[in-house]
Amino acid sequence: MALKANELKVGDTYTERLVEDLKRTQIVMYAGASGDYNPVHTDELFTKEVAGYPSVFAHGMLTMGMTGKMLTNYVGDGRLTKYGVRFTNQVWPGDDLDATATVESIEDDIVNLKVETTNQDGKVVLSGYAAARVDA
Amino acid sequence: MAVDKFPVEASHIMMFARSVADDNPIYHDAAHAADTEVGHIIAPPTFAQSSAQFDPDYFLRPKVGQDWFGSGKEPTGIRKKESSGGGGGGGGGGLHAEQHFEYHRHLKPGDVLSVTVKPGKTWEKEGKRSGKLVFSETVTEYRDQDGELVVTARGVGVRTERPVDQ
Repeated sequence: MALKANELKVGDTYTERLVEDLKRTQIVMYAGASGDYNPVHTDELFTKEVAGYPSVFAHGMLTMGMTGKMLTNYVGDGRLTKYGVRFTNQVWPGDDLDATATVESIEDDIVNLKVETTNQDGKVVLSGYAAARVDA
Repeated sequence: MAVDKFPVEASHIMMFARSVADDNPIYHDAAHAADTEVGHIIAPPTFAQSSAQFDPDYFLRPKVGQDWFGSGKEPTGIRKKESSGGGGGGGGGGLHAEQHFEYHRHLKPGDVLSVTVKPGKTWEKEGKRSGKLVFSETVTEYRDQDGELVVTARGVGVRTERPVDQ
């Protein structure tokens, strides 16, 4: 399951489709589980008429959470040591998201990854890094 | 914001994993998890953020007897003050700009965490799509029942002058 340092090369990539046609219900699930009930994520009326956005939009942390699935599927369970991101564009209901990890460096038993998640228009919605323990 | 007691529970981990569309059995199946390298259920990498559930004063959760800014009969439950429109860009909470986690170990059911939050830097920037941006950083430390630091998180929030142009 875990990655092996001697089988990794700088520039290796791993990609996963995170979601197709993101549903409002998925966003509601995230609100309920995380405890972030900001109405801009679940309340269309508030979001259009008060916040001034065309529709509700996903929590940045939902995109980070879904991107985390790609990472743990790649590096193995319990192997992440660091994971950080910037949210560069909003994610909307109906979006398709793909996430990619790219090997940036390998030092002893740690692999450093660049992480990027893009939407169906190729727009980057999340950009960051991760580090994980790998086997020798 | 500080949380004295954040009990990490198996059912919460299961719901959280579902909410991020992750059906990996290590998040819900104890028998499967026992056979893995880790040896037990763990929480997904961003689970620590759900400590908000255990913050009695968390401002993005409706509370009994208090006004809530989401819609009911009207688009918002808060009577307009002087400004119209959303302000804040996120309609009250601002927007989340960055999030960083460092894992000293992974969380598991049975952990009881205490959470401390320290304010970090604040800075401003002029944004093309949303006017003036005010960023503020917080550093959150999650310690376990033995006082060991298990997760360190750094978050950056941003308040925008107006909603972000699409």
